[in-house]
Parts: sequence; C-alpha cells; structure tokens
Amino acid sequence: MTATEMTSETSSGIQMPKPDQAILARREEIVSALKAIVPGEGVVDNETEMRPFETDGFLAYRFMPLAVVLPETTEQIAQVLKYLAQEGVPVIPRGAGTSLSGGAIPQEDAVIVGLSRMIKILDTNYENRTLTVQAGATNLSISDAVASDGFFYAPDPSSQLACSIGGNIGMNSGGAHCLKYGVTTNNLLGVKMVLIDGTVVEIGGEHLDAPGLDLLGIICGSEGQLGIVTEATVRLIAKPAGARPVMFGFDTSEDAGACVADIIGTGIVPVAIEFMDKPAIDICEAFAKAGYPMDVNALLIVEVEGSDEEMDDMLARIVTIAKRHKVKVVKESQSATEAALIWKGRKSAFGATGRIADYICMDGTVPLGQLPHVLNETARIVESYGLRVANVFHAGDGNMHPLILYNINDPIEAQKAEDCGMDLLKLCVDAGGCLTGEHGVGIEKRDLMLYQYTQEDLDQQMAVRAAFDPEWILNPSKVFPFEARGNERPATGNA
Amino acid sequence: MQTNFSLAQLADPGVAEAEKILRSCVHCGFCTATCPTYVTLGNELDSPRGRIYLMKDMLENDRPADEDTVKHIDRCLSCLSCMTTCPSGVHYMHLVDHARVHIEETYKRPFINRMTRNMLTRILPYRDRFAFATRLSVLGKPFASLFDKVTPLKPIAAMLRLAPSKIYGKTEFTSPGSFKPEKQTQGRVTILTGCAQPALDAGINKATIELLNRVGVEVVLPEGEGCCGALVHHMGKEHQALESAKNNVRIWHEEIEKNGLDAIIVTTSGCGTTIKDYGFMLRNDAEWAERAAKVSSLAMDISEYLVLKELPAPNDTGEMVIAYHAACSLQHGQQVKSPPKDLLKAAGFKVKEAPESHLCCGSAGTYNIMQPEIAGQLRERKVKNIESTKPQAIAAGNIGCLTQIGSGTDIPTVHTIKLLNWAYGGEKPEELSNIL
Ligand code: SF4
Ligand code: SF4
Repeated sequence: MTATEMTSETSSGIQMPKPDQAILARREEIVSALKAIVPGEGVVDNETEMRPFETDGFLAYRFMPLAVVLPETTEQIAQVLKYLAQEGVPVIPRGAGTSLSGGAIPQEDAVIVGLSRMIKILDTNYENRTLTVQAGATNLSISDAVASDGFFYAPDPSSQLACSIGGNIGMNSGGAHCLKYGVTTNNLLGVKMVLIDGTVVEIGGEHLDAPGLDLLGIICGSEGQLGIVTEATVRLIAKPAGARPVMFGFDTSEDAGACVADIIGTGIVPVAIEFMDKPAIDICEAFAKAGYPMDVNALLIVEVEGSDEEMDDMLARIVTIAKRHKVKVVKESQSATEAALIWKGRKSAFGATGRIADYICMDGTVPLGQLPHVLNETARIVESYGLRVANVFHAGDGNMHPLILYNINDPIEAQKAEDCGMDLLKLCVDAGGCLTGEHGVGIEKRDLMLYQYTQEDLDQQMAVRAAFDPEWILNPSKVFPFEARGNERPATGNA
Repeated sequence: MQTNFSLAQLADPGVAEAEKILRSCVHCGFCTATCPTYVTLGNELDSPRGRIYLMKDMLENDRPADEDTVKHIDRCLSCLSCMTTCPSGVHYMHLVDHARVHIEETYKRPFINRMTRNMLTRILPYRDRFAFATRLSVLGKPFASLFDKVTPLKPIAAMLRLAPSKIYGKTEFTSPGSFKPEKQTQGRVTILTGCAQPALDAGINKATIELLNRVGVEVVLPEGEGCCGALVHHMGKEHQALESAKNNVRIWHEEIEKNGLDAIIVTTSGCGTTIKDYGFMLRNDAEWAERAAKVSSLAMDISEYLVLKELPAPNDTGEMVIAYHAACSLQHGQQVKSPPKDLLKAAGFKVKEAPESHLCCGSAGTYNIMQPEIAGQLRERKVKNIESTKPQAIAAGNIGCLTQIGSGTDIPTVHTIKLLNWAYGGEKPEELSNIL
C-alpha cells in the first residue's frame, strides 16, 4: 500500500492543509531513515497499525499520519527532529493522545513523534522539593511515586491517570486543585527540550525563578510548536494535614454559580470548587456511586484542606455564604474512601458521559461574576440547537466545560453539535472570558482565534513561534487560523 | 465513537454487539494507563484503546485478520483491567472475544504457532491428558533452554519451565460424589472440579469441600462435568468453547432441577469469569439460553459465597503475614475485590496488599506459554511489588497466578481457601510447612 492510496476521513468543519505530494512520494525513504534512528518496533508505518494514531481525545476528527515514531531517548528525538526538519517534513508531537482539542491529531504528510516509551522518573529531590521525569510519564505517576513520602504534584487534570506530563506542558493543563496551587506553568521548574534543528537545550532548573527572559513561561502552553520537551523538572508539594471534599446541593444552576462568585469574592480560596449540573450528577453517580445528592439540580464540590481547625473554620464560612444562596443540601465526606469516590466520579465525568451519548467537551473561561449568566445562556443556546448539555467544570476559576451531547453517527446532528460548540465559545469571549482554560487551542478552537485576538495580537504570537521554528515544521496546522497567517508563513498556505 | 457498519453486517448478532460496544468508547485513553502491556511496551497499539481501534477497523471493513492486528490482539492478556478503569462502561471482554473468533476464522497462523495452540487446546482442557502431559514435561524440563534458542519454539521452553515438579492423580475430592456435612445442612452447592487445577494442586478442592462441610454446606460433584471452556474461548475457538459450556450447563442444570443448588462454586477465578458469561455466550441459542443464564446467575467465587456464611471463631494461625494477590479474573473479570481480603483478615491473617495490585502477573491462561517475554516482565514486576510488602506467604484465588508467581519467588504461594480451611480447623497447607 502506498501512501497516496490512504485516505483520511474528515468531518465537515475544520480544514487541514492539503498534504504535500512531494513528501508523500518520499514516504519510503523517510520511513527507512526513521528506522535507522529508532530500531525495533519504534517506527509504525503500515496502514493498519497507523490507524489508531489518526485521532486523540477529540475523535470527531481523524487524519492519517505519514508514519509514527516512538523514540526511547532524547538523543533519538534530536536525530529525528534534525532529519525531519532537513527534509521539511511536518512533525506532530504526541504525549498520551488524550487531548480534547485535537492537539495530537496528525496530518497525512506529517510524522507523529510519540513520547509513550519515555516514562521514567529520573530524580526525586525532597530537599529541594523537585522531581525530574521523562515527558511521556503520566501526570498521576508523579504523585504516585512520592505519595508514600507525603508529597504530590499539584496540577490534576481530570485525565491525570492517563495524560502525559509533556502534554500537560504543551497545553498548560490545569485541573480541579489549580484554584489554590496554580496550573502547570506555576509548577514547572525546568525542561529539557529538543529544538527543531536537533539542538538539545535545558531551560530553568531546580529553582523557582530563573534570571533573564522567562522562556519556560513561553514553552508552557506552546502546544508543541516550539520544540519537543523530553524531560521536565516539577515542583513537589507537601501533602496537607487533611483534606475534605464537601458537597453543596442547590435547586438551580444560577444559585450555585452565584455562590461560587460570592465565595471567591469574599477572599476565601478553597483548594477546589467544582460544579456539576443535574445531567452531570446522574452520569457521574452511575459510574462512581459516590453518593452525590440526587435531588438537587446543581452541585458544588468544595475541597478544603489543612488542620482540622483550619478546615472547620473555612467550611463554616463557606456554609454561611452558601445559605445566602439557598443551599439545599450540605454533605461532608465521611471517610477517605468516600472522598476518593467523590473525586473519582468528578474526574471520570467526561468518559462516563460516553455511557449515554457521544459528546464534545468545550473549554471556555469566564469571569466569575458572569457564571450565572453564562450558565443560563449555555442552556438556551444548546436548546436552540435541539441538543442536550451536561455541565461539569472548575467553577472556582471560571473554567467552563459544557459537554454537548449528540449522536456522532448522525452527520446532521454532528454538525449541529460543532456549531453549537462554537457559539458557546463565542459566548465565553463575549462575557469577557477566553476560548480555552486548559485544553489548549489545538485544531478545535483554531479558527476562533481571530474572534478572541486581533491580527496584530496573532502576528506577535506567530513571530515568537517563528523564532523557534521558522519553517513551521512543528505541529503546523494547530493554534493559528490559516487566514491569519499570510503568505510568507510556509507549510500552511494551501488549505 | 463513530462506527460505520452496514445493515447487512449488523444483522449478525455478534457484529451488532461489537458495534454497540465500539459506540460506547469515547477514546479518552484512561484505560491505557492501567493496561499491563501498555505500561510494559509503551505503544498505543498494545493498549486497550489501540486494540479497540484495530478491532473496529478490522470488523467494520469486514477484513480478514492480518498479521499486525493479530500480533497486538495476541499480546492482550484479557486481564480486563481496562474494564475496571473505563468510565464509559466499554465491554472490552465481549469485544475482544468476538474479534478472536473472527481471527480464528479468517487468519492462518504460521505453522509452529498453530501447532502450539492446537496442542494446548487438545491437552489442557482434559484432566487426564493434562496430567499425562505434565508428567512428560517434567522429563523435558532440562531441555527448556534448547527450545529458547529458536524464537518460534520459545513457548515450548516456557511450558517446560512452568511444569510442576509434582503431579496429583485422581483423589476422592475430584471424583463424582456427594459430601455431606456432619451436622444439619444449611445449603447445597456444587464446585467446579476443573481440568488443570486438580492435577496441579488437589489440595484446593479438598480444602474447599472440607471447609464448606464444616460450615454446614453439602457439596456435590455431579458425573460428567468438564472443563469450563475458558482456555479455548480465549483462543477464539468458539465451537469448542460453546461445546464445553453446553456440557456443563446440561450437567449443572439437571442437578438444579433434580436436587436444587444454591450456588455453583468456583475456586479458579479464571474459570469463574467464563462460567458467569455462559448466559451471554449462549444468548442467541434458543435451546440453551435460558438454562445458561440460570447457571451463570448461580456461579460464585468461593470467597463471594463464604462471606455470606457465618463462620466460627478461627483458630490461632500465628498472625501470619499474607500478601493477597488479586487475580485479574477475580478483581477485574468478576469485580470481586474485598471478599477474599475480608475473609483472610477475619480468619486472623495479617493481610498486605502490594503496590500496583491492578496489574496482571502475566499468567493469564496460556499467555505465559504463548507470550513468554511479556509474561516474564510482568512476573518480575509483580514479584518485586509483592516482595516489597515482606510477606511470609502469598495467597491468591487462581491456580494460574499461583504457578506463575511461584515460579519467580521463594516465598510460598498458596490458594486462599487453603489458608481459610486451616484457620477454621483444617490442616495446615503443606506449602507453609517451613513457616512456624
Ligand atoms: S477508557 Fe473506555 S472510553 Fe476511554 S478509551 Fe478506554 S475503552 Fe474507550
Ligand atoms: S484486557 Fe488487559 S491486556 Fe488486554 S487491553 Fe485490557 S488491560 Fe490491556
């Protein structure tokens, strides 16, 4: 089977550039060069075996890659990048393939460079409270490795069981507990990164703030367009004396939304405030059997931590505020097992939704004061498309995740769901928020970037990008809308 | 996820079921993290999500199985850890079972691979043949390393290495008959005698029957019961698997009708998963469906049954430290997690649970024979994790795990039921004779 015979199935809306025929024609030569660098099963190149790499967690879109390479060392990645850059072949970095914005979705003339075989923990330094890990390791494996010594790694995306730390850096991932501890960029101390010409650089180190330009801040959230991170040094945090998730049930989403704004407005910062509406509660309860209150229409999971006195004190203040917003049920977890179940349900919400329907998960962020309004509008917009929605999100930092439920086997409904999603993101921007909280732009929100930014804004961002990767080899079809790129930016013009 | 089957394809109930399962997968990737082969090999294609995608592509296009797809499906242990993890309730087991039948029907395996598989399916399910073959392999053991030198023959080497040094013949506890408690009967059950287990360790049946009798439960071993079919089922040999299932359904159902049974007790959890699935396997066979469903509904792991019973005060067994190894077929396949641990604790043992207890030990039916390299890595990882808890003995509810783990450590391995029987008045398991 030659490359040109392969077809990529694509849904309607989002376009990918036409594959470069010259690259497709050189496929065999490229594959054998890759095999010379990464031996054994490290190169996947037949159609059957490449198929499972055609998508990630954003599975409405699927495009076949040219080849997949799974290196085991930084050195191999350096050689691979150097070779592919020389040959002008686009590169798609891939962590665990859990992206919800299509960050790891390939294109037909691109080689996927996957990190799944680089999962070692390299160094743990409790004195400095740092840990260095290969970028393919899962987020949770870091916390697991240090848990028995009383530490954890703070950013906890819901997919933390499976998502990779490299992917987290690419998307600047957050999670429930980021309200207090910040997102990836606040917990990342250093990286080893391979640049597009194969140069290996180390940025940052085992300390919080490096002198000079904050390159780490630029790399974090750059969606694999500046280089491939192969190792990361992260901050470890000592586990608190205790932690307690408490559930607050309300009659309406509006009440719950207003309550969140009020808690934060008063200056109280719990570790996490998570929101679930009725459909989300039903879905999560079916999977986790966590004992969520079933007779309410909106639920807040508020986690407090510290000593018993500290927790009691903060809880008392939160309960007072919640009462002002007509809270109906307040339910504390009674044991560590129960607390774990409450979080298990919440963190599995997206996947568990698959039990009842296909979904797309949106990821806009709004100012807290706008929460009640945005929740109301969300319901109205989704209904106007004749679809259903489940809301489950990080309320404390205003990071919305409406899950639009639909039937992916029905093309008309699939189109509606996608249009509806775009409207919801615009709603967030209109409310003074932004397109993405933690899932990144990927291909999903690429074409809305001009809704959020002006051409001048994007020009600046693209200039930074080009400083690292002038030929646009790395993840070229992501983040920046084609129409904003202009003719001088290569590898993107022929959409 | 999106599927693309024609109406004609969906008319086949097996395909229709597979489609339903594929539709429920949202490609979130959670399952990859707890899959033993993915954490070992680090390739999407050796993960549940990757395999689901490979199966989808093969089934949708109604393609004969190809070498590449087969390679990755063959590497799957059927440990079902992915099912425990999956938030979306994807029934991986039924999907992979269906794909394996498709593979068996459409793919011609290389000669030696075919020969090894055929040999296993002709020997393992038959108690007498198995006992005979194991006796022979004891003689072959010294030659294992010769077979290791030729890649396709590695399974033979693995088989020889796994062969036990001692073989049990038929005993009264593995022959048809009825075992009545001394005092009044508070229940009547049958226990699956099994095919391989009695030859490997006749003491398991003995301990089970003794303990059940002691707590007032009558045990009957009806004539004609045979292998549960799990081994051939996992190889995609559907006809042979269904024949085994029907045989046992017939025997047990007759017993249910005639004298009544409270439960069909299984002491080899690998078999338990399959027997509990008889209802599904025979769902489309009008003649058998109802009886099979009845049998499945009565199937119980011995630990599930015992936690429901009132047990006497245990004897002093010296607070022995036991690492409980959760067999995948028990923890994932049947979702029986706490009963064995609860029983051991109640019986006075100090129970330790090893890190990464969700990961398979590599035994997985005939996996340690067919995929010796991956199985070996998993065994090493498992043994290291278990040894880190510094136990005096290792307990599990599945003979396959006991053999596999036992071949990698000096710590004695023993079936959970033997420990329980000891604590409640039976003899001390011979495996523990060196521990005071
Ligand atoms: S966890 Fe379940 S839904 Fe997610 S990819 Fe695996 S099988 Fe599919
Ligand atoms: S059954 Fe076990 S080995 Fe097979 S895909 Fe699932 S987790 Fe992996």
